[in-house]
Amino acid sequence: MSLLQSEPIRVLAFLVGIIAFAALNAAYLVWLERKEAGHMQRRIGPKEVGPFGLLQPIVDGIKLMSKQLFLPKGCDPILFMIAPLMVMVPAIMSFVTIPFSETLVARDINIGLLMIFAFASINVLGLLLGGWGSGNKYAIIAAARTVSQNVAYEIPMLITVIGVVMVYGTLNLNEIVIQQAGGFWHWNVLNLKASLLMPVMFIIFFICTLAETNRAPFDMAEAESELIAGIYTEYPGMGFGVFFMGEYANILIGCALTVILFLGGWQSPFGETFVPGVIWFLLKLYAIVFTVIWIRWTYPRTTFYGLLNLSWKILIPISLVNLILTAAMLKVF
Amino acid sequence: MGTENIQPPIVHFSTLEKILGIGRANSLWPMTFGLACCAIEMMATGAARFDLARFGAEVFRPSPRQCDVMIVAGTISKKMEPAIKTLYDQMPEPKWVIAMGNCAISGGPFVFDGNYCVVEGADKFLPVDIYIPGCPPRPEALIEGILELEEKITGSRRWPRVEPS
Repeated sequence: MSLLQSEPIRVLAFLVGIIAFAALNAAYLVWLERKEAGHMQRRIGPKEVGPFGLLQPIVDGIKLMSKQLFLPKGCDPILFMIAPLMVMVPAIMSFVTIPFSETLVARDINIGLLMIFAFASINVLGLLLGGWGSGNKYAIIAAARTVSQNVAYEIPMLITVIGVVMVYGTLNLNEIVIQQAGGFWHWNVLNLKASLLMPVMFIIFFICTLAETNRAPFDMAEAESELIAGIYTEYPGMGFGVFFMGEYANILIGCALTVILFLGGWQSPFGETFVPGVIWFLLKLYAIVFTVIWIRWTYPRTTFYGLLNLSWKILIPISLVNLILTAAMLKVF
Repeated sequence: MGTENIQPPIVHFSTLEKILGIGRANSLWPMTFGLACCAIEMMATGAARFDLARFGAEVFRPSPRQCDVMIVAGTISKKMEPAIKTLYDQMPEPKWVIAMGNCAISGGPFVFDGNYCVVEGADKFLPVDIYIPGCPPRPEALIEGILELEEKITGSRRWPRVEPS
């Protein structure tokens, strides 16, 4: 038992666990996406490959891995090859500080929130270098769009997070969850004592998560009807596969942050403790992921100016008002 | 020029090749492009009533780099021919071509003495694997074509063949 709890074994177990969790989720979220898309369009979705089409991601993986790999003419070979990794690796790194339950967290460091946002910015760099390194005009246009979109949406996101950090007084994610104990009316989303606009902050944070992870209706990185496949235009086989796994890992991180900051993390909704916290965390996480996919198959893509106007003219002013209101209410009460 | 002129590989890896075949056959991603009215039937195949997604083939990729099968759906005019050739060349191996509809098979109703603008069949410049007759073919016919292509890749058919009564 002491061997199992020793530090190297623990690190190794978390390393393998986190990579397996991220990779399995990336594979099966694609299945969920295709299945959900099917049911929303009154289709069935994949069903012939294995029971309920459950073997579809494995079959897709085999095919993507056995596709021909080549460097397109005019590309920058080094940037072209490291760009997918720069999207995938930071997303997996971010799982290190996510508390799945009170004890199930790889590194309970006191600047966890800061670390996740630092790694989330590398993701944008990966997309930019991928678009630039492809040497393709559509990829470069998509890369420029992605960067301006991510810069625009990181600001309201961070301002919202500053409000949350002011309420709880810590950057430690586990600490933030512990302070939301005692039923769903104590969760941050209903924390009206701290700020009257807390539900609005939740919605702003969720919209920014959608935009940061390049999901529809903000999927400017891969605008199929305008830019062929956007940044992924020149990526054959597994390069494209790794990009997609990175995108889904990023969605998981964004949804996990939404759950931790606003929906009480691993706290149960009615304050009882006989159901383990990790089950509540995963339930909330997948409910949010389901909503993200639901939104993708419900709304059409916005125009690029609509996207930027939403951020600079609506979300940033509201989040600034939020910040001031939160500060004032914390001072008064 | 059909696929019968292409040499089979010299070295075979029995089990690995079978697994790769099953993987490739069950995730045939077509390219998003249509040339004429057959493309409307192709869209209908992907939509609610016929649902190509059941076989894992609904991922219509817009970029040729991520496609496995090119469905030539419609009349190929002589001006379009070089563009289609370029798209085919941009697809990474392994790749397959389905000629959908009479125009893509042989030129269909455009074959006459004074024909100056229509290519008489996709197999004039592409190695076509599957021909789907019809003008345009029904969505069921396209699904049957995809199943035929799967049979060609794996060597075994997914379902028993339905005999015409």
